Amino acid sequence: MEDFIVKLLHLQPLASEHGGDLDRLLFYVHLLMFVLFVGWSVFFLYTVWRFRERRNPKADPVGVKSHTSTYLEGAVALIEAVLLLGFAIPLWARGASLDNFPDEKEATVIRVIGRQFNWIARYPGEDGVFGLGDPKLISASNPFGLDPEDANGADDITLETSEIVVPVNKPVIAHISSLDVIHSFSVKQMRVTQDAIPGLSIPIWFTPTKVGSYQITCAQLCGNGHFSMRGILRVLSEPDYREWLAKQSPRPAAAGGYE
Amino acid sequence: MGKPIANRPFGDGLMSHAAATVASATGSEGNDAHHDSGFWRKYIFSTDHKVIGIQYGLTSLTFLLLGFLLMTLMRWQLAYPGEPIPLLGPVLEKVLGQGMAFKGIMSPDLYNSFGAMHGTIMVFLAIVPLAFGAFGNYVVPLQIGAPDMAFPRLNMASYWVYFMGGVIMLVSFFIPGGAAKSGWTSYSPLATIADMGHRVDGQTLWLIGMVLLITSSLLGSVNFIATIIQLRAPGMTWMRMPFFVWAQLVTAFLLLLAFPPLEAAGLMQLMDNLFDTSFFLPTGLVVSGNPLAVSGGGSPLLWQHLFWFLAHPEVYVLILPAMGIVAEVIANNTRKPLFGYKSLVYSAMAIGFLSFIVWAHHMYLTGMGTKISTFFQTTTMMISIPSVIIVTTLFISLWGGSIRFTTPMLFALAFLPMFGIGGLTGLPLGFNATDIQLHDTYYVIGHFHYVVAPGTIFAIFAGIYYWFPKITGRHMSEFWGKVHFALSFVFMNLVFAPMFLQGLEGMHRRMYDGGATYAAAGGIEGLSQFALKLNVSISHAAWLLGWAQVPFIINLFWSIWKGRKVESDNPWEATTLEWATPTPPPHGNFASPPTAHRGPYEYSQSPAPNGFTPQNEPA
Repeated sequence: MEDFIVKLLHLQPLASEHGGDLDRLLFYVHLLMFVLFVGWSVFFLYTVWRFRERRNPKADPVGVKSHTSTYLEGAVALIEAVLLLGFAIPLWARGASLDNFPDEKEATVIRVIGRQFNWIARYPGEDGVFGLGDPKLISASNPFGLDPEDANGADDITLETSEIVVPVNKPVIAHISSLDVIHSFSVKQMRVTQDAIPGLSIPIWFTPTKVGSYQITCAQLCGNGHFSMRGILRVLSEPDYREWLAKQSPRPAAAGGYE
Repeated sequence: MGKPIANRPFGDGLMSHAAATVASATGSEGNDAHHDSGFWRKYIFSTDHKVIGIQYGLTSLTFLLLGFLLMTLMRWQLAYPGEPIPLLGPVLEKVLGQGMAFKGIMSPDLYNSFGAMHGTIMVFLAIVPLAFGAFGNYVVPLQIGAPDMAFPRLNMASYWVYFMGGVIMLVSFFIPGGAAKSGWTSYSPLATIADMGHRVDGQTLWLIGMVLLITSSLLGSVNFIATIIQLRAPGMTWMRMPFFVWAQLVTAFLLLLAFPPLEAAGLMQLMDNLFDTSFFLPTGLVVSGNPLAVSGGGSPLLWQHLFWFLAHPEVYVLILPAMGIVAEVIANNTRKPLFGYKSLVYSAMAIGFLSFIVWAHHMYLTGMGTKISTFFQTTTMMISIPSVIIVTTLFISLWGGSIRFTTPMLFALAFLPMFGIGGLTGLPLGFNATDIQLHDTYYVIGHFHYVVAPGTIFAIFAGIYYWFPKITGRHMSEFWGKVHFALSFVFMNLVFAPMFLQGLEGMHRRMYDGGATYAAAGGIEGLSQFALKLNVSISHAAWLLGWAQVPFIINLFWSIWKGRKVESDNPWEATTLEWATPTPPPHGNFASPPTAHRGPYEYSQSPAPNGFTPQNEPA
């Protein structure tokens, strides 16, 4: 069923746990649209042919007498209500409600920061805790406003290569933010998109299910380099991820400069 | 024809006070002053609603063409990224400077400028002024049997403020740095920092232009509301008003109530841009490696709320008058009353009301919690119901008719399935979960263009072909009208239908290279070559769509002077009051004050074949 929907709707291949539910909703909505459109079209084409002036020189001022259309409109409302209550709202609650987030200890927690025109990924390092920051500390050499006094930040890893690496089959919690303008973090195969808004840090979560490399698209116009603000999400197997992580050298907060 | 009555109060109870106001405003120099008023007062600074309607029409059609031209240039860049634009490339380089189009190649800044201005021009300078300013002004007073708008001078002011707004938008292309380049949505902080090199930049002029355009809409909307409430002819009860008038009334309320927040927001963003305030700028912005020297503390999301509080009702400002035009043309060309007139009216009102509480469905991905997003997607699903009712009602109205396939009718008929596609594709965008995948992709572009281009613009074409004989006393060519229709219909669909496929595959809008950066390559999954190739076919279809408008433009101007003359004041055998005027209607409109004796669509009620009973015919 999942592969069928992906092919039918021309979607990017699916590589996340929750994406199947989302695809199914997309499929049902398109099914409703298709049925309505075909119904309208058949009625429309037949009517236009049947009641053309040459064939029907005298119009009937009453026209349709039945109440079928009212029932049809009621049915549309009912189906929409089912899709809304049965699918859309629960799906959103699962993704957006903080109560439903996985336990941080069993997830890969990262921070993703958009900047004209690339993506920055931050990892908490071995202690699993990010160093504190404060907007007052922001300067050209410390764009994130990190606190150099905070010991938790000493082993934090900052990657400015527009590459984000995560292990497969383990929830990823990504806190999305931006340094300058509004960007949007979108990975189609993961079925996630979240605006990166300066001044806000918004958490999302998803569980990658397939090892591979996926495009990160900036989905919000962010300036003249918007079209080139590509990132890559690499999903590795657990051992490969550990090996990769071990090779990353922590960059103490605000020590190494910015550029 | 009798003497125009503009300078004479009707004296009827319902109308006397307001009509007297009109009379004193339109002809303060005394009786028949309009006969010898000079060229300037008659054609340029006229207070006659019909002249103002035509002014709105011609100006906004020009902007429609300009907005389309911008898009044809963008489509070159999307189809053939980085190649010089043939013919017009060197012109752009010369006029806008090397930085914008070096060697005729469109720069990313120019692409973003054209993108922002295409949207702005199409929405605020072309479609709204056409649907509301042109048709509303010309037709509404005639259909309700009024001698003019309630406030003719306000009406003139509305047009000229609109005109100034348009000029400022045009000027912005030629200032250093070029026109606004942050999308028609102008999200902060990008809108404020996109052109840091210039204190007064394209965005500054965009905001000043928008403030003028919004002011113009406000002036127009109070005038429409006063006119429709106060100046209806005797007997023109609410439920005898043509649906077009209802659609314009609801539209006027949307304009009146939705536009002020953006006017305020526009001034706030202007302060951010010019005087370094931080209404929409948060603390801690670091641009190009340097902390921005502003106090911060503002909210970028506040701008989005204020913008979409305007811009969602705006969608219905674009579509309701179009539905009104289509309803008129369908009733006339099926020779039968509309099915479910009352449900049309109530649905239009429901849409008007609901359109104020759906705006944040444009903002699902800004980090919205479950409760808020549940509210907005529930209201979004609710608003789809009256829309479905209107479309279904218009479809059903065809049943039992005696359908004449005139040019206006062809456009009106095509409107139905085209708007149907536009409306239906709104559903997966209205559900927040599916919007995750489709937000800001070409699916969205396809969706709202189906609503506005083969939707509203087709309705506008229908209206032009339909009311042209009343306005000029001549017919447009039916043959060339049908050629225009057939070609437009085919190419519109070839342009917009493939966008749904691109969008489902994940191609995003506003990409300077048409998404080539995001193509699948080197083991990284991404866009297929098929999706990119569609860019080429869409562009060619768009250019052909442009050529398909040539017959229309020639037909329009040729027919003004050379078209077949109308044989009567009512060439379409219509029932509504605008056809009871002399042709073209003189200043003051009606030969004698009309009275409405019946509903608006009494077709085929008499035994004669295709008999019809005009509204002003006594019982």
